[in-house]
Amino acid sequence: MSAPNKSYDPVEVEALKPEAIERMRDQALAAIAAAADLDALTHVKTAHTGGTSPLALANREIGALPPHAKADAGKRVGQARGAVNQALAARQTELEAERDARVLAEETVDVTLPYDRRPAGARHPLTTLSDRIEDIFVAMGYEVAEGPEIEAEWFNFDALNFPPDHPARGPQDTFFVQDTEDPAALEESGVVLRTHTSPVQVRSLVTRDLPVYVICPGRVYRPDALDATHTPVFHQVELLAVDEGLTMADLKGTLDHMVVSLFGEGMTTRLRPNHFPFTEPSAEMDMLCYVCRGESVGNPDRPCRTCASEGWIELGGCGMVNPKVLIACGVDPEKYSGFAFGFGIERMLMFRHNVEDMRDIVEGDVRFTLPFGMEI
Amino acid sequence: MRVPLSWLREYVDLPAGATGRDVQAKLISAGLEVETVEQLGAGLAGPLVVGEVLTIEELEGFKKPIRFCTVDVGKANGTGDPQEIVCGARNFAVGDKVVVILPGGVLPGDFRIAARKTYGRVSHGMICSARELGMGDDHDGIIVLPPEHEAGTDAIALLELVDEVLDIAVTPDRGYALSMRGVAREAATAYGLPLRDPALLDVPAPNAIGYPVEVADPTGCDRFTARTVVGIDPGARSPIWLQRRLQKVGVRPISLAVDITNYVMFEVGQPLHAYDRSRLTGAIGVRRAEPGEKLTTLDGVERVLDPSDLVITDERGPIGLAGVMGGAHTEIAEFGEDSGTTEIVVEAAHFHPVSIARTARRHKLGSEASRRFERGTDPLATSAAAQRVVDLLVLLAGGHAEPGVTEIATPSQPRTITMAADHPDRVAGTVYGRETVVRRLQEIGCHVRGTYADGFTGTSGQEVDELIVTVPSWRPDLSYPNDLAEEVIRLEGYENLPSTLPRLPSGRGLTDGQLLRRRIGRALAGAGYAEAPSYPFVGTEVFDQLGLDGDDDRRRAVRLANPLYDTEPVLRTTMLPGLLATLRRNDGRGSHDLALFETGLVFLPKEGTKNGPARPPRLPVDRRPTADELAAVQAALPDQPRRAAVVLAGARERSGWWGAGHPETWADAIEAARTVAREANVELTVRQAQYAPYHPGRCAALYATDAADGTELLIGHAGELHPRVTKALGLPDRVSAMEVDLDLIERAGTGRVSGPRVSTFPVATQDVALVVDGTVPAAAVESALRDGAGDLLESLRLFDIFTGPQIGEGRKSLAYALRFRAPDRTLTAEEASAARDAAISAAAERTGAILRGA
Ligand SMILES: [Zn+2]
Repeated sequence: MSAPNKSYDPVEVEALKPEAIERMRDQALAAIAAAADLDALTHVKTAHTGGTSPLALANREIGALPPHAKADAGKRVGQARGAVNQALAARQTELEAERDARVLAEETVDVTLPYDRRPAGARHPLTTLSDRIEDIFVAMGYEVAEGPEIEAEWFNFDALNFPPDHPARGPQDTFFVQDTEDPAALEESGVVLRTHTSPVQVRSLVTRDLPVYVICPGRVYRPDALDATHTPVFHQVELLAVDEGLTMADLKGTLDHMVVSLFGEGMTTRLRPNHFPFTEPSAEMDMLCYVCRGESVGNPDRPCRTCASEGWIELGGCGMVNPKVLIACGVDPEKYSGFAFGFGIERMLMFRHNVEDMRDIVEGDVRFTLPFGMEI
Repeated sequence: MRVPLSWLREYVDLPAGATGRDVQAKLISAGLEVETVEQLGAGLAGPLVVGEVLTIEELEGFKKPIRFCTVDVGKANGTGDPQEIVCGARNFAVGDKVVVILPGGVLPGDFRIAARKTYGRVSHGMICSARELGMGDDHDGIIVLPPEHEAGTDAIALLELVDEVLDIAVTPDRGYALSMRGVAREAATAYGLPLRDPALLDVPAPNAIGYPVEVADPTGCDRFTARTVVGIDPGARSPIWLQRRLQKVGVRPISLAVDITNYVMFEVGQPLHAYDRSRLTGAIGVRRAEPGEKLTTLDGVERVLDPSDLVITDERGPIGLAGVMGGAHTEIAEFGEDSGTTEIVVEAAHFHPVSIARTARRHKLGSEASRRFERGTDPLATSAAAQRVVDLLVLLAGGHAEPGVTEIATPSQPRTITMAADHPDRVAGTVYGRETVVRRLQEIGCHVRGTYADGFTGTSGQEVDELIVTVPSWRPDLSYPNDLAEEVIRLEGYENLPSTLPRLPSGRGLTDGQLLRRRIGRALAGAGYAEAPSYPFVGTEVFDQLGLDGDDDRRRAVRLANPLYDTEPVLRTTMLPGLLATLRRNDGRGSHDLALFETGLVFLPKEGTKNGPARPPRLPVDRRPTADELAAVQAALPDQPRRAAVVLAGARERSGWWGAGHPETWADAIEAARTVAREANVELTVRQAQYAPYHPGRCAALYATDAADGTELLIGHAGELHPRVTKALGLPDRVSAMEVDLDLIERAGTGRVSGPRVSTFPVATQDVALVVDGTVPAAAVESALRDGAGDLLESLRLFDIFTGPQIGEGRKSLAYALRFRAPDRTLTAEEASAARDAAISAAAERTGAILRGA
């Protein structure tokens, strides 16, 4: 750099003339605008802001100016360099954005590609339906009771007031375990595959403290060959409530609550007199058809497949626990009363989910099970 | 029970406009399950008239015999001229009265009749069979009417062809509803109308001059009435009204005497039997059969009797299975037989329901009679029913009743039930009030006496309002206050019950075990397994197919006395047969990448018992069983542990645009076991094992520690199936499986997790490659490394296995990443290396491991 000098060389200070500085600035700005990519911009930056760039050189000359001229020239050069740097930064941002956009565009994939790398699993709808029903009652304060599937006749029949000659106790309706003492005998062992989950009710009454409010889900067995509507192995949910002052109205209310929980508001149940050994009074329970809500009855224009235009769907049996059952379980029928109901959940699965053939439920074909997923 | 509406109206003046549907609704509401209402004669239209056959000309030259007839149909055809009709049936003759439908008429099924050319003649109408008229399916022949009906009479009315029939499914407790009398009583109550009881008859008093009867078993038969009718015209036939009513209830008319006994059975519910007196020898007896005694029943089958069968006898031996079926020998002769019956002894008895049920079941011989006796008949109806038969025999068969009236009866008291007057209210949860309760009980035939009015004081010393209810003889099902409550509630309408909810004490929710099972199901489903519950019935050959040793415990299975299929007589002792069958079924249906799971019970006979439980004691039902009794019952049942199992086939991860997938392997099966155990917070120890049905080199035994006492529990096995097993079971190659005991896993569960302390100091990572003999289990190397590394080891992971010539024949290199971290400071390089070296020397000492490259 030249030292300040009293002797003033007009040739050397040509570069600091205002026109010259403006020209340098404009050339730089033009080059910046013309830079097509980040590489070109790097070159432009070196050429117009680097140590050998005209503006840098001009800046260096300021020191040679007389003091009165320094401030003026300094200000002009500074402004020019500021404008160039600003333009550089702006162009840099602009070009980087362009580059990023281009790179991301190049990374574009087909997000519609299928991805079945790890096949999905599912719980069986009978399990999830049973869980769902259990949860309704657990929320009310019931507990879930369980028991063995191979059961003593006392629990499965005797304690439930089935007389010894009741037809349900025959080999047509009950699987008997072979008797070890007399293998040829059909019904001597006193041990059966439980035909309902009612023995769990008996076990609950015998082992739990009163009051008893339990729900008994589980697998049960009856010797019917598998076809579109029957299966020898099926699932029941039974409920038992024994307390002081329970009434048939409580039974009705509990059933109503269940069908509303499972099928929605406005659902209700209907009781029809029937006969079972373990309840007295006894009733058959129907639920309002959740599809047509009864509007298909006598209305040939709107037939309903779900209820065969009956308006009601048969659910199962229920009633007030027969005092004889309470006595067999050691419960005082003068003080306590109870209600119970039970139904098969295969049938409920069929009408709740439009399943037409029982075999689809029992055969374990994954094409049937997978769509049901984890909850029902 | 089929109930023709026209017949029902004989006992109740139902509203004239009441349809079968209306009556159905009323009866259903009262608790009778009226399943259907059949419309008889729907679509039938006349002219349908009585015709007399005048001439018959046999037409020749056709494949089957054809008749051209002229029939007098009176004025029904407008002209009075004989009607010309072609007919293919042959069971009629000139002079017979038949049923003719004339052109313009319509038969059921929209079969319109018109004059038409057939077999070369013009047929102006049709001579009808019972089937064509919708009267029943039992014969194809032309109906030949009794001669007294005049030609031209309207046959629709004569044959009562238009009617409605209610079909009622009668529950076992309501035997009385197996009669017109019982249904009429319900209908009368439902409509609030009076009942004309067909069993209210004048009956002559018993005397000693009737047919001799000796009842040797008054428990089995507590009432026996015998009446005799003589002078019966053996040619007399049942009138049309009688035949039609029987047809409508579903019984085929046979002969007048039999038809009358059947008719009265349907009318009053009392089964009856008619004996041809000429075929009886000596007194009628009632006793139990003697061992080896035989009887040929009416159906022509010779039956060997059981000593508990109740039989009717005469001097020569059994003549009938009491209450079930008569014997062939004393049968009433059919109409037209040479030895026509002219003298009849009528039996009306009351038998013990259980005895009849057992006999009917033993001989597989259910009958209309046994169905009624099993449910309990009205013991006081025997004499009225016998009288009704006598009356009809006199009226329709020209007989006359002998004055003798035999009646053997065990004296009995009417049954009474004492019930609090508000008991029905308390059962129902609503208020009917005393007056309603009393009225409803009276409607079903009870006699009700109150105690309240008399100021009766109960045992507690307080005044109680009790009803003393005498139940009617036809309701043996009414024994307890709840039975009476049911009657009141059903008559007041189940549909009118309020809907309330009980106030429950707080429940404790699902148990830990129940929650665990749900988590396991979700975890396995989340890991790609589809739940597939299977039947527990298996054949014993599956144990051979699984390659089980002859003395393998799993061959000891509970056997069923009456399996559904003889090929599947035992219950599963392992979950695998059912799951593998499901896998095979899916594979056969084209699903090849399969991961299935099941949780459920297996059935294991107790140690020291044969294949099946010992007989449990028969406990009483009049008290709670004692703890000892309950324990004895429990001891007789097989063990029924809960298991979880999976089976896998095909790809565990599929190939696709993302790259290659991989097939399922033994490792997936073991991982499934870990998935199950993890839900119980149980860590499994895996050991190499040899166990059927697994591949001998690819089978793991899985262990856990009992949380209670620290002992090691064998939880189950996992691995790849033996190739012989997949072949024997027809499975795809390389199926993997696992089965674990959930009860044991629950026992091993440690419950609550302690929160780990999370160190925020930096981690020091050290990789080591150890060369060991190829037979050394990786688990042994890992546990040695862990033990040697000490507390500073945060985690350890096997990230590579290498074999090859550089390592040496029969040796393998295991590469581990060890991460060290201290809870309270940054580890120095020296500390981390020292811990690593300690880990390596432990591995060297316990497994012979050599640091690779050292
Ligand atoms: Zn519907």
